[in-house]
Amino acid sequence: MTAATTIRLRFTKRGKVRFTGHRDVARIWERALRQTGVPIAYTQGFSPRPRLSFGLALPTGDESDGEYLDLLLDEPVDPEPLCEALTAALPDGFEVTAATTIERSTPSLQESVIACTWWFEVRQIERDTAGALARELLEADVLPYTRRRKGREVEVDLRSALGSLVPLGSSERGQAFSVELATKPFSVRPAELIAATHPELELGLSRRTHQWIDGDGARREPIPMPDLVHELAEVRAS
Amino acid sequence: MTDLWPRLEPLLPRVQKPARYIGGEGGAVTPDWAPHKVAWLLGYPDTYEVGLPNQGLQILYEILNERDDAFAERTYAPWVDLEEQLRTHDVPLFSVDTHRPARDFDVLAFNLSAELVYTNLLNCLDLAGLPIHTARRADADPLVAVGGHAAFNPEPVADFVDLVVLGDGEEVVSEITEVVAAWKRAGKPEGSRERLLRDLAVIEGVYVPSLYDVSYDGPHIAEVAPRFADVPEVVEKRTVIDLADWPYPRNQLVPLTEVVHDRLNVEVFRGCTRGCRFCQAGMITRPVRERPAEQVTQMIGDGLRRTGYDEVSLTSLSTADFSGIEEVTGATMSDPVNCGRVSISLPSLRVDAFTVGIAAQVAKARRSGLTFAPEAGSWRLRQVINKLITDDDLEAAVESAYSQGWQRMKLYFLTGLPSEMDDDTEAIAELGKRCVEIGKQHAKGASVTVSLGGFVPKAHTPFQWFGMNGVDELQRKVNLVRAAVRKTRVQIKWHEPAASLAEGLASRGDRRIGAVIERVWRAGGTFQEWTERFDLTRWTDAMAAEGLDLDWYTTRHRHEDEILPWDHLRAGLHRDFLWQDWQDALAGAGLPDCRWTPCYDCGACTEYGVEHVVASPVPPAGGSQGTGQDLVGAGAPVRFLGARPTGAAR
Repeated sequence: MTAATTIRLRFTKRGKVRFTGHRDVARIWERALRQTGVPIAYTQGFSPRPRLSFGLALPTGDESDGEYLDLLLDEPVDPEPLCEALTAALPDGFEVTAATTIERSTPSLQESVIACTWWFEVRQIERDTAGALARELLEADVLPYTRRRKGREVEVDLRSALGSLVPLGSSERGQAFSVELATKPFSVRPAELIAATHPELELGLSRRTHQWIDGDGARREPIPMPDLVHELAEVRAS
Repeated sequence: MTDLWPRLEPLLPRVQKPARYIGGEGGAVTPDWAPHKVAWLLGYPDTYEVGLPNQGLQILYEILNERDDAFAERTYAPWVDLEEQLRTHDVPLFSVDTHRPARDFDVLAFNLSAELVYTNLLNCLDLAGLPIHTARRADADPLVAVGGHAAFNPEPVADFVDLVVLGDGEEVVSEITEVVAAWKRAGKPEGSRERLLRDLAVIEGVYVPSLYDVSYDGPHIAEVAPRFADVPEVVEKRTVIDLADWPYPRNQLVPLTEVVHDRLNVEVFRGCTRGCRFCQAGMITRPVRERPAEQVTQMIGDGLRRTGYDEVSLTSLSTADFSGIEEVTGATMSDPVNCGRVSISLPSLRVDAFTVGIAAQVAKARRSGLTFAPEAGSWRLRQVINKLITDDDLEAAVESAYSQGWQRMKLYFLTGLPSEMDDDTEAIAELGKRCVEIGKQHAKGASVTVSLGGFVPKAHTPFQWFGMNGVDELQRKVNLVRAAVRKTRVQIKWHEPAASLAEGLASRGDRRIGAVIERVWRAGGTFQEWTERFDLTRWTDAMAAEGLDLDWYTTRHRHEDEILPWDHLRAGLHRDFLWQDWQDALAGAGLPDCRWTPCYDCGACTEYGVEHVVASPVPPAGGSQGTGQDLVGAGAPVRFLGARPTGAAR
């Protein structure tokens, strides 16, 4: 059977479940979909698997407000009620915040995401240090870093991946920042940025807040966030 | 009540698999910590992945959480990396449900499924901040309880545990709760602990080691005597009469990270009367008590819907013997809700073509490998161990499996069995090779894996008197099989002989072995079931330091009149039944399954006034059914023993 429709979901991963790994999350989703009776399509062959495709893996231990998942279904369903039903079936900390039907021709999340915005904390530093840290990184020409990939060490420059870096002030575990990091040609996470430049610093929580795709030259989210647009409009109006 | 999560959370990014420690499983509860309730912490002294699926622990978790006067949380042994972090940062052992310190609970109850976890038990108690020795615990300290199969000889851990539960836990946990609740209401006053333990000791199935004195005559036990008149001389196990009354777990835990047996598990019966003489589980869990087929079907349906699993395992010691097997598998496979995507797994497959037929019907996907356990290579030795599978049974099973699409067979064998000669050992390789030949007719890539485990004699079995093979002898036998399968498509795996020896020591040890376990633990010997963490020299050093003889405990044959360390604990089986069965074993005589033949009074039913609960009075169809009898044609290839006056002698 060919899949009749594709649904894109956005979901959060917060709290204790941040310590589950990418594979764990896939299994959690498979069970939740079976519990709710969503007509998920299966692969052909001897060991059929449900046809889910996730975007960029979220590192174990990080939270997210902007995870995405594409579901291939055997028959069309109304995406709206899925949010509540799937949230109820998922463990605490996972919340489905948006669902929309997408064209079959839509490029996969893996291909299309070009950058992510992260919120993260650095433990045990003062506000002034946070400001200085942001300036230092943004003013640097290169930020060399040695990554280990498949047993090999690769020298990379993280500066080209660093978009913006904004100190946000005090948070529960230290000083918070917002950072935008590219995912192409390789994906960088806040922990690597800090490890590359200030290995003496200890990170608190990291939370992916947004993923960005290139939509005809304009940057947008895989599912446009109506709330954000609304908030921005309000800010401009005031 | 402290929530340790804020102190634990910063440690988790530094350890492997942190999802082991977060709780939050489907079916987990957040208990109300009301002061009058008895707080149970149910522990499994191995990793989360191994411990979480444990059905016994999950059953008790539900039963206790349904009570008004109790609640239960869970804990598992932290892996070495987290242990180091916990010790460095002074964070105690915690529950995974609400991350409370273990010491905040009233009862710490550990499941002992195997003996090599004993050092982990000590480590958990120490991480909890509790004195590891019973004698050093204060009046208000939590009680340390153990249960599970290994608890049938708890003497090696007698110094560390306050109470031991023998047998089925469903009823006895409530009886213990009531006694502990009264103690808690009284404020756990000073000097009350011994009284409490004596009150617990009169509950049937509860053994309090500290209330018994053991005296020795040289290396031998002279006497095990209760210290008080109200403490029973012999402790009998508990047996739940009807499984239908206990449809647990109703809410099987669904872990957030992958564990072993990661699927729905439904217990179809408890107990086994096949009578395999090496099998402790089969001996101590008698009689057979089947769950009604309708209840099994209901539990499968409800469980799959609730959990979202696409696989269910029908658990028991020999699932193909379940009277309702075809009814249950049929109903589950044809349930339209399952859309044909649910697969059923049947662990402990009986070795015959009928069983394979059932397995073929139910394994919709992932038909990758099939496991059989002939246990011994020759028919002679299989009669000795009473695993009455004929070569025809095995060949028919293997033929059937390959012809129905399976590509890989895994065959389990024990080496170091009583009376085993090199011919018997080499017959393992021959069986493996014959299976490959059968496989080649059906599949080009057919392969067979032979898995060898060193036989460890266990308490309450006919082989409890047998002196096990030492490390060199076990290794020599492994090498015999290895040499015989070289350059064939039989692959061979084996269990580390040194680990078998340590297991043997812990399995049949007495109270003097407690000090040895403590030394091994203090030397860093945790997670002894994990090959990379096991080192026999820790055990031999500890034995030497305690002036004890390893061979005396492991490779020595016991005498009939010797007092065994567990003789004051009963699994129902008459001692003279076991001795007679041991003599029959040495004579190579099989003993039929008493479900379908007259009772030979092993004691499991008659001692407790219980009976088998089976839906069918006749053996299931096909093959010899592991009875060794030709159930279709005429003539049994084995000498069967009639009813013996073993019980009458009592």
